Amino acid sequence: MHGIVGWGSYVPRFRIKVEDIAGQWGADAAAFKRGLLLQEKTVPGLDEDTITISVAAAKYAIARAGIDPREIGCCYIGSESHPYAVKPSGTVVIDAIGAGPECHVADFEFACKAGTEAMFVAYSHVKSGVMRYALGIGADTSQGAPGDALEYTASAGGTAYIMGGENVAAEIVDTYSFTSDTPDFWRREGEFYPRHAGRFTGEPAYFHHVLGATRGMLEKSGLEPADFRFAVFHMPNGKFPLKAGKEAGFRQEQLEQGWVVNLMGNTYSGSSPTGLAACLDVAEPGDRILVTSFGSGAGSDSFVIRCTDRIKEIQKKAPATRDQLADRRIYLDYGKYVAYRGKIRMNQL
Amino acid sequence: MISPRYHREIPQRYRLEAGRCADCGEIHFPPRAVCRKCGARESTTVVLPNRGKVVTCTVVDIPPAEFDDQKPYVNAIVELENGVRLTCMVAEAPPDAVDIGTEVELIFRRLRCGREWEVLQYGYKARVV
Amino acid sequence: MRDVAVIGMGITKFGELWRSPLRDLHAEAVADCLADAGIERRQVQSAWIGCMSSGLFNGQEHLASILTDYAGLAGIAATRVESACASGGAAFRAAWLEVASGASDYVLATGVEKMNDGADATYCLSTAADQEYEVYHGVTFPGLYAMIAKAHMHKWGTTREQLADVAVKNHRHGALNPKAQFPQEITRATVLGAVMVASPLGLFDCSPVSDGAAAVLLAPVEVARALGKPVVRILGSGHATDTIALHDRADVSRIPVVQAAARRAFAMAGVGPRDIDLVEVHDCFTIAELVCLEELGFFEPGKAAAATSAGETALGGRIPVNTSGGLKSKGHPVGATGIAQIAELYEQLTGKAGKRQVKDARRGLAQNMGGSGGSCTVHILEVSR
Repeated sequence: MHGIVGWGSYVPRFRIKVEDIAGQWGADAAAFKRGLLLQEKTVPGLDEDTITISVAAAKYAIARAGIDPREIGCCYIGSESHPYAVKPSGTVVIDAIGAGPECHVADFEFACKAGTEAMFVAYSHVKSGVMRYALGIGADTSQGAPGDALEYTASAGGTAYIMGGENVAAEIVDTYSFTSDTPDFWRREGEFYPRHAGRFTGEPAYFHHVLGATRGMLEKSGLEPADFRFAVFHMPNGKFPLKAGKEAGFRQEQLEQGWVVNLMGNTYSGSSPTGLAACLDVAEPGDRILVTSFGSGAGSDSFVIRCTDRIKEIQKKAPATRDQLADRRIYLDYGKYVAYRGKIRMNQL
Repeated sequence: MISPRYHREIPQRYRLEAGRCADCGEIHFPPRAVCRKCGARESTTVVLPNRGKVVTCTVVDIPPAEFDDQKPYVNAIVELENGVRLTCMVAEAPPDAVDIGTEVELIFRRLRCGREWEVLQYGYKARVV
Repeated sequence: MRDVAVIGMGITKFGELWRSPLRDLHAEAVADCLADAGIERRQVQSAWIGCMSSGLFNGQEHLASILTDYAGLAGIAATRVESACASGGAAFRAAWLEVASGASDYVLATGVEKMNDGADATYCLSTAADQEYEVYHGVTFPGLYAMIAKAHMHKWGTTREQLADVAVKNHRHGALNPKAQFPQEITRATVLGAVMVASPLGLFDCSPVSDGAAAVLLAPVEVARALGKPVVRILGSGHATDTIALHDRADVSRIPVVQAAARRAFAMAGVGPRDIDLVEVHDCFTIAELVCLEELGFFEPGKAAAATSAGETALGGRIPVNTSGGLKSKGHPVGATGIAQIAELYEQLTGKAGKRQVKDARRGLAQNMGGSGGSCTVHILEVSR
């Protein structure tokens, strides 16, 4: 059996409310909240980035796994906001958590799907027996252009998964990927904000790939939606994952626990991994969870996960995702928010 | 360029590695070539506990240019559970939330960005528990 | 060792001296000093130049050469001395040792700093703290002294009002000093209402960013006697160091290096705090004056604040402190400060301090400090007529 031996989410404390963004642009906050099914989003602190978020999440995952970090054979970080254009994020992370130097490190990028890619490859390494433990992280400090619809959702956070073959808390039963060249969202070298193709991001991009992967996953595994306690779909906003879940045959109750977007926003590479973590935080032995990510460009990775008896032993060893979403929130106004996100030109050193 | 200096301090800044004198057991953070207490030159690596209490603190309103983007920020001297003291920022703290005796934990943060052609600089900060 | 005397002093105006370069500031102080001493340039054998950070402030190192050259002294032996804000005191001590040893008869101790020259002064000064374990974390000098103040307040109940009284008193003194950068009287309300720099220290708890230079000339006591002027003898010299990082000291409400240097100076002089008529202390921040007075032994720990508010340290009080205006009002061109303190004592002891003259001043003490208390010099001077 191979799968998750430890997980950890990190949620920054800062938030901005939809009202504060809408108010800045003279937009109808109530309409945005209804349309996006979202009330606020996380904002990284001035001293936070994908690297620090990854370190915090990885430390929680190590605490749950109860392993010596030196036994981790690889570290993959999926993100569309790696702090450096050239220089890995992962090297900082392995030296901060004490996993180096005998460690394979790579940074992944695939819009919002890079996190499940990192999980996918980490899982493959332990399943193939190449290494004992493997670390896959999805983390982002996403940006949306001022006034753009993305500004209401693009947020910050991340989740780390340690894969292994001993003391598995949640077995990865099966995986499935569904990918095609679909240019719905992109950022070219040197551009500050990403571009998106408006409503083209919906049906041909998100729904085509999410449903393609989910249906493929169910067919491959021979399972029905009713066989799952929880299902998590990538959360670019509140509406898409609920719609996709229902179209795939899942009920609202299966979708709610992993649906963290209303309080968190879209954490891009961290989105579906964080939704999964929220489910693992409360899952019971034997519970099945289906996760389907989505990354623009475009593709989806799907996982069938089944919790073991071990899960109850480690749930409390690190802060739960939903507790972090609820606790000690610090709200920023729009002026502070744009300063925190580097959206206004400050003096250069 | 700050890279060589930065790289040398990584074990301390990322992992709180200190030196314990092989002769008298004195703990030095950062590790020292010569023990300040007994003068011995051999030491072993120990990792500091990441919990402690604020010994004293201040809110810096006028920082050097490199920290201007983070102002105002709290600086504190923290005494860790094993008695070792260090100076750091207290992250996310409303200035009035930190005082002498406040319990804190050390977390990993980006301390400063430097000039845009320099490396990003990470390390420990405290956070109110 | 020979007995050594100060035989002359020179000091520039302190302030934002935009039109004066580093080299000319120093040359002015030296020229004034030699004129005051009545000594010819060619008689000077050596100079010890205190300067903290000309490399960062002005992009200029190698001061031994450039500053002696522009002072018209090219050819003499010269050494730049650096011990952060105690650079001047350290230079004075080096000059004293050179004369005391018998190696030279006429030795200059100078100090200079040109801080208003376009550099980020907060950053330049912060290099006097631990670059990797304090400054890396955003520490500033106001921040370090603020942390000392916070601990002192916590331990002794010292108040912001009492800190303000230090600034008010020093400005009252500085208003009588024509060389002072800010020779204006201020009120408690001014101090308490000022913008915060690092709480609990506001702008008026902090010494300013200053340009200036000072010089004193040292010679054997016999030479001084032959000049037919009052002889200002160096009775005691104490010098000490401590950890650079504030967090490495057991009690952060104290500055133990001051006590260590003072003990050495008092022991050498054979006198104690009760034998001193006036004091120049390193009031880089208001809290520093209080802590230093306690470490020097003029007050019991925790007692200097109330004594200051009661006027004991003012001109006319029991023990006048910082009659020059101190770093707070006179200004704090860091390398010059230690020498400027000696210059003030020299003027006071020779009865030339004008409106701020301490009556019958016989012995004075100057305390100059580097960083948050990583180094300190204490000098005791005595006049005989």
